[in-house]
Amino acid sequence: MNFAVLVFPGSNCDIDCYKAVEQTIGQPVDYVFHTETDLSKYDAIIIPGGFSYGDYLRSGAIARFAPVMSEVQKAAEAGKYVIGICNGFQILLESGLLPGAMRRNESLKFRCHQTKLRVENNTTPFTRDYAVGEVIDIPIAHGEGNYYCDEETLQKLKAENRIVFRYASENPNGSVDDIAGICNEQGNVVGMMPHPERAIDKLLGSEDGKRMFTSVLNAWREKHGAASVR
Amino acid sequence: MAQQVSVKEPTAEQIAEQKIYKQMGVTDEEYAKICDFLGRKPNYTEIGVFSVMWSEHCSYKNSKPQLRKFPTKGPRVLVGPGEGAGVVDIGDNLAVCFKIESHNHPSAIEPYQGAATGVGGIIRDIFSMGARPVALLNSLRFGKLTNERVKYLFEHVVAGIAGYGNCVGIPTVGGEVMFDESYEGNPLVNAMCVGLIEHDKIQKGVAQGIGNPVFYVGPATGRDGIHGATFASEELTEESEAKRPAVQVGDPFMEKLVMEACLELINSGIVIGIQDMGAAGLTCSSSEMASKAGNGMELNLDLVPQREPGMTAYEMMLSESQERMLFVVEPDKEEQAKAIFERWGLHCVNVGRVTDDGRLRLIKDGEVAGDIPVRALVDECPVYHKPSRIPEYYVKNASVDTTRYPEVTDVQDALLKLLASPSIASKEWVYNQYDYMVRTSTAVCPGSDAAVVTVPGTRKALAMTTDCNGRYVYLDPEVGGKIALAEAARNVVCSGAEPLAITDNLNFGSPEKPEVFWQLEKAVDGISEACEKFGTPVIGGNVSLYNENSKGAIYPTPVIGMVGLVHDLDHITTQGFKAEGDVIFLLGETKAELGGSEFQYVIHGVTEGRPPMIDLDVEKRMQDAVLSAIQAGLVASAHDLSDGGLAVALAESCISGGLGAEVEIATELRTDFALFSESQSRVILSASPDKADRLEQAVRAAGVPVARIGTVRGNDLTIGVNGRQAVNAPVKQLAQVWKDAIPCLMK
Repeated sequence: MNFAVLVFPGSNCDIDCYKAVEQTIGQPVDYVFHTETDLSKYDAIIIPGGFSYGDYLRSGAIARFAPVMSEVQKAAEAGKYVIGICNGFQILLESGLLPGAMRRNESLKFRCHQTKLRVENNTTPFTRDYAVGEVIDIPIAHGEGNYYCDEETLQKLKAENRIVFRYASENPNGSVDDIAGICNEQGNVVGMMPHPERAIDKLLGSEDGKRMFTSVLNAWREKHGAASVR
Repeated sequence: MAQQVSVKEPTAEQIAEQKIYKQMGVTDEEYAKICDFLGRKPNYTEIGVFSVMWSEHCSYKNSKPQLRKFPTKGPRVLVGPGEGAGVVDIGDNLAVCFKIESHNHPSAIEPYQGAATGVGGIIRDIFSMGARPVALLNSLRFGKLTNERVKYLFEHVVAGIAGYGNCVGIPTVGGEVMFDESYEGNPLVNAMCVGLIEHDKIQKGVAQGIGNPVFYVGPATGRDGIHGATFASEELTEESEAKRPAVQVGDPFMEKLVMEACLELINSGIVIGIQDMGAAGLTCSSSEMASKAGNGMELNLDLVPQREPGMTAYEMMLSESQERMLFVVEPDKEEQAKAIFERWGLHCVNVGRVTDDGRLRLIKDGEVAGDIPVRALVDECPVYHKPSRIPEYYVKNASVDTTRYPEVTDVQDALLKLLASPSIASKEWVYNQYDYMVRTSTAVCPGSDAAVVTVPGTRKALAMTTDCNGRYVYLDPEVGGKIALAEAARNVVCSGAEPLAITDNLNFGSPEKPEVFWQLEKAVDGISEACEKFGTPVIGGNVSLYNENSKGAIYPTPVIGMVGLVHDLDHITTQGFKAEGDVIFLLGETKAELGGSEFQYVIHGVTEGRPPMIDLDVEKRMQDAVLSAIQAGLVASAHDLSDGGLAVALAESCISGGLGAEVEIATELRTDFALFSESQSRVILSASPDKADRLEQAVRAAGVPVARIGTVRGNDLTIGVNGRQAVNAPVKQLAQVWKDAIPCLMK
């Protein structure tokens, strides 16, 4: 299974995502620059965190225009697995691959710490190795993670089981309905503010994020008739 | 010599007659010397260039004789002071590169940008050595947190550090924040960066190879930060606000691009020399690079990217616009360098060449705008041996009895007050604004004795800390200097690491005052002696003088930034208690030492007397014993005793571990002294019951006083003194007081 980790000018979790793929599932992974116009060889695309183009406008507002993003759009439509983490989630929102928008944290301050997440949907390719209702430790690090959508969209997200993660204890940013992550209608595109790639080693605080990587590999293997990993 | 283009610029004659150089901080004697070096009177650009290079900030003219006392050599030192940052071997062909630098004055008048650009500058020092920056720390001092202006400075300094570090993607993993009236109006903002590098990648800022092209990369040069180095070398006054334009504006996104591109360039192996444009911008980088190679440099200023039209040579040479680098490559590697920068959306511009005549020659509008011997700029700045005098307060303090205070009977109340004191209280409000996890190598997050960052591809890790108790240094600079070094080492050791080396940031008042100069001399003596004892050489640092406010000099604050090596990840140790039933030990001796303590300040409202004494042999023996015990796997938790003494340390270990403790101590001291004295060379260890005896024996055999003082148990902290209960409080309550203190004050 081939992974792409996108690199925009200002991405800074690209290395962490790359290492996480190597360490958790040992699959081939490439850094793919924002100027790339062909993603056809990749089965999964990770849009990492950071400050793409400095995020001096709205977070992700410039990155959506990068040449690579039209390829991400195509990949998403083709049913390939796409995950946006933190700034990656913001980029997915700006590019319309996921609904809603991101506002500054209610506290108006950047916040970095461990958070408790409740897994709400384990039918996506990124969450199938979790149990619904399971509470996991995954850290956050963001200044604009206050997810917002209108009431109609929220009802739709709920009705279609598209809320993937909710903050299970304190809501760190004021997001609507405690939302920490959502997916598209098909479930193959997931966006989340917390950083699973930072939670793959007990030494660094938690390894609850590992299963997001095993999940997506298992999903792919199932689709391609290969044996699953644990 | 061409006439200056700008009509407003004074002529060389006017500069001499009207003594315009004085406004730039150049004395009459220095001006005469400059005329001698040039063989004529300097024009406006030239005097400007001299004034920044001969400022204290760039030349260390007042502090050099002191700095020479520091031990700078050691078997592990690969690069010592003099380059952008020092480098220390950690084995496996890897090395750690680190440095600390101050941005005090800019932060006093424009806290967000002042702090942000401080972070940016220190990051460039590290990557211009070829090292990949892996961690940031910062050491901050503010006035009392009840003052509105102090709150404003604190809030925006923290936001500036966060805004810059988070965006660049380097974790801010540690540091310290202390509050005392002494720093009102003149906060201290010291930023430290730590990088990793392979031995063969170490760069030097040298302009070698006659005729080689000199390149400029980064954003265009603007009119910001002009005379920043000069501004940093004088006292803050009410007029300082008018110097706001001397504060630069940071662009962390640009820094990230420049960093990635420069590291790629260095890894490609084609760089001959590279240096960042920090203080004194283009002037300092060009003249230092030429000086280190014994060469000259010609810069064509018409080719320098400019943010606005009509900039003069003077403005361009003195601008401190951020995120700019200067580098030299061989002529046939030019296209390769350009391609690397293009990939990151940057343009590098050939702005000059290396020459063989030892002169810095500036071309503007096709004519020579300045022509100065490089050696005069870099090496010939006069060095001053300032007079020093023992301050009156120091003499008076000799007779102050710090045990004369009436006994505090409600010890628990005093403990709660200390936990709520902003200097001791949880700094979560601060570090939760920093991304301390990016790069996924932070094994010990902010909030323990030292931060620990893993070294990828090995079983090793780096422990890092910054420390300095300005009150101790004020009360006795020599003892305070020793303690600053000892405490840094103690923190590193308690984290399971062997201390390697230090970088220091000497924050003092005006060296023109003999009493301040005495503080500087003595503090350096103390630090030097302790460095020798601990085998931790000084591999670089920074001097920040003229830290004064309307009430006088700040407390002398020589901040020690120390890095230690964790030889195996299994050795990583934190301060929190780990398990019910673990045995608690106190190492070291407690005496009635209250001078300069947090207890004296918070409970009795004074800072007086002498600070705790320190015996470096005792300290070293204790630290060696602790490190051996940790490496032998006998220790569950380790926490050094510092501000607030034993009671605060126990509370912190309980809070961090989320566990209670039952403690009973036997002492001949008064209860409040026994619990809040800040005697040095003390540590709390805990160990599982099956290892407790071995730990106790090992420590005792090493000649270190050790007492079994209790057990980790339950949800409360209880402390009995000679059989009488002094503290009995739920850990939850202690944690609440400790965690809420700063957020409450900042609401």
